[in-house]
Amino acid sequence: MKYIDEFRNQRLIKKISERILALPLARRRVRIMEVCGTHTQAFFRFGLKDLLPGNFEFISGPGCPVCVSSQEYIDKAIAYAQQKDTVVATFADMLRVPGTHSSLEKEKARSARVVTAYSALDALDFSRKNPRKRVVFLAVGFETTAPTIALSLIRARQEKLKNLFFFSSLKLIPPVMRLLLKDQRLRLSAFLCPGHVSAIIGSKAYDFIPRVYGIPCCVAGFEPMDIMEGVYSIARSIIRRKPSVMNQYSRVVTGAGNRKALGLIDEVFKTTDAAWRGLGRVASSGLSLRDAFAAFDIEKVAPLKLQRFVVKHPAAACRCGDVLKGLIRPDECALFKTRCSPASPWGPCMVSSEGACSVYYAYA
Amino acid sequence: MCLGIPMKVKRIRGEFADVESARLVRAVNIQMLSGLEPGDYVIVHAGFAIQKLDPRKAEETLRLIREIT
Repeated sequence: MKYIDEFRNQRLIKKISERILALPLARRRVRIMEVCGTHTQAFFRFGLKDLLPGNFEFISGPGCPVCVSSQEYIDKAIAYAQQKDTVVATFADMLRVPGTHSSLEKEKARSARVVTAYSALDALDFSRKNPRKRVVFLAVGFETTAPTIALSLIRARQEKLKNLFFFSSLKLIPPVMRLLLKDQRLRLSAFLCPGHVSAIIGSKAYDFIPRVYGIPCCVAGFEPMDIMEGVYSIARSIIRRKPSVMNQYSRVVTGAGNRKALGLIDEVFKTTDAAWRGLGRVASSGLSLRDAFAAFDIEKVAPLKLQRFVVKHPAAACRCGDVLKGLIRPDECALFKTRCSPASPWGPCMVSSEGACSVYYAYA
Repeated sequence: MCLGIPMKVKRIRGEFADVESARLVRAVNIQMLSGLEPGDYVIVHAGFAIQKLDPRKAEETLRLIREIT
């Protein structure tokens, strides 16, 4: 396939690996966080860790939207699904994420109405075809997903759809990267920045990382040669001690990003504080619907009483939060492969196929 | 979530385009992009084309990789 096969050339991958192994970094502790879950998956899928120096640690970051959905959000989604004549529409990988007592999948088996959607446009379709049902779409994702939801909301308003509502858990990546940079325990050497979030926000969005925190970062694509070149660029930047924002994925990512998409996000959403699983509340890291779209905001139209959802018993032994922060590897959690597995997940990192625990379970 | 498969634009129909990869053709929304033409490659996410792929930049990246190796 064009633009895929060229970036999977084994001979060149091997050569980049040799170049990285030859760099004078053997005595340094190099800790690189790959922010995006799809990068984590690619590292294992293509066996890239075996091609990189043993002293390079790769830490999975919080860039898996399903994994960072808060328990409270899932609890509320379940509560909506249980309401009369209501259907919850969701991306499929949200189904199995555990809330405090249950998951959407379990509730679906018990009679709650839950349908899966590949795109927010599917939720529009479903609403048109089921005018008597109240449809609640779970808007989950990062900057890549936000403009797709924005366009769907604009369309819903144009069509004057009365039965479609959105429940936003949309999140922003740069604020959470800033939070991780402030955490002294992490001592990150560099970030491998997410390819498709960057396609929207542009590589300039990361300028604060070298400027304020003095470490390099590189936007990289998802093919093995992309990731290897990204790591090579980061390693060279560490040696030169001149941290900057690098863009390996320039075929898709520009400095300014997709301005049309950014305009759509701004038209429909405002930034708000958001709860991240394991990381807590992060200031200005979420998106909620602007007042002009309040008629489509399920939290405005049918708010749920909050005290019911105070999380009393977060799955105590589950260490998803520490995994998401990069403080431990998935296999350092006591539940890993003992009580927690993809078939019976305790935490969200074991649910999504790009969750760090699930990737480790499958490959490590 | 972020499957980055570049898909080739076959036909443009208003706000949507038929795009193809490995003989699989599907309709995606293209409202986030401007100036798309048949033959362009786009990155698709959740039913929307989120960015156009720049073939010259792709060549440049491959050339740089060949240079460092």
